[in-house]
Amino acid sequence: MKIGVLALQGAVAEHIRSIGLAGGEGVAVKRTEQLQELDGLIIPGGESTTIGKLMRKYGFIDAVRDFAGHGKPLFGTCAGLIVLAERLEGGEEAHLGLMNMTVARNAFGRQRESFETELDVKGIETPLRAVFIRAPLIKEVGQNVDVLSTYKGEIVAAKQDRLLVSSFHPELTDDYRLHGLFLDMARAAR
Amino acid sequence: METGTSRVKRGMAEMQKGGVIMDVMSAEQAKIAEAAGATAVMALERVPSDIRAAGGVARMADPTIVEEVMAVVSIPVMAKARIGHYVEAKVLESLGVDYIDESEVLTPADEVFHINKSEFTVPFVCGAKDLGEALRRIQEGASMIRTKGEPGTGNVVEAVRHLRLINGQMRRVQNMSKDELFNEAKLLGVPYDLLLGVHETGRLPVVNFAAGGVATPADAALMMHLGADGVFVGSGIFKSENPEKFARAIVEATTHYDDYELIARVSKNLGAPMKGIEISKLSSSERMQDRGI
Repeated sequence: MKIGVLALQGAVAEHIRSIGLAGGEGVAVKRTEQLQELDGLIIPGGESTTIGKLMRKYGFIDAVRDFAGHGKPLFGTCAGLIVLAERLEGGEEAHLGLMNMTVARNAFGRQRESFETELDVKGIETPLRAVFIRAPLIKEVGQNVDVLSTYKGEIVAAKQDRLLVSSFHPELTDDYRLHGLFLDMARAAR
Repeated sequence: METGTSRVKRGMAEMQKGGVIMDVMSAEQAKIAEAAGATAVMALERVPSDIRAAGGVARMADPTIVEEVMAVVSIPVMAKARIGHYVEAKVLESLGVDYIDESEVLTPADEVFHINKSEFTVPFVCGAKDLGEALRRIQEGASMIRTKGEPGTGNVVEAVRHLRLINGQMRRVQNMSKDELFNEAKLLGVPYDLLLGVHETGRLPVVNFAAGGVATPADAALMMHLGADGVFVGSGIFKSENPEKFARAIVEATTHYDDYELIARVSKNLGAPMKGIEISKLSSSERMQDRGI
């Protein structure tokens, strides 16, 4: 299973490592042509404003929408979750606008409020260690979205068909179970 | 729920990778930097080249400037404290800045001791010009390293020297036998455990950015080519003729540092970069990189 990690900016190497641990092959993606050879794409953590701008500049908005339109799965973590959302709080323009949810950026506050915690995630047997860094929150989801995890009543992980998102960073720990879940989605989509 | 863990502090720097962190002196400049695609801004009263020109003692910025910048951008805001100045760092932490740079660009407050950074919730970045400095700063709690380079010169040669040296030293350490490592730790003046980590992984346990003299898109791409995880641009943007264009071009050149046609395209008609300084023209007291080793 060949999984791309969008490498315009952010924590790319960590996702490639996690995909490898979960039994797939991860590759850095910098050009839209590379999407053709992939079974799935991860949009990593980083700065969503930077990633969004560079995606527009290099034609990734249409190319990734097309990729998803062909039934290929996408996984967005932190900034990647923001990039996938249909609606952003505060009137900011959406990027890919693929997932039926409203997202608040920097929802926990500034870096000093960043934290890690144990978190239950639907479909994963025991709690995983979740690292939240200036993380976004999912404020509201459409009926077609399955909530996978909440923290203090707020949604922090969700799935809609072949789209998977988390506000936290599974790639910053050695626990690759969420990446395993994504590989299962990619396998099913083949 | 735990805040300020080393994973949370180091992870914040991981999210900056492949990005450009820009020095800004006002809210207006911060907005220009954010619009150009900066991954963070460093809020300052004066950029390094102005600090150089002004002379005297350079201190932490007026909190008003830091707060104004924090109010207008959604990307992380960093600010500088003097080396060893615990209280300036605590003040910046209380303001809510996202990262503190314990920086040789400011006049050191302590000629021997750095801040004990591990007891802060907010993460720190520190400069280094060799592997010994980098590992000492990490031992003190730095969650991110950058080359010192020679700030405010617009001359990339020192940043190149420092990055090449650190990477060369790491390659050498990687090939050492375990018994050689004990002596190397002694020679470098670093804890054995951290050196063992470098021996096993071939890299620092934190992100390593380039800083100190990056002035053009090609400079930024060169530092990425040499293995930097990202780039700080200080005076290079707002001391150039066209800051907006320079900022955008440097962001693109950092992402696509191995696409030379793209770098050629974004380098066209940028106007004049900041005026540079030849390093040999600096007297030893003007060399910021020799502060805080």
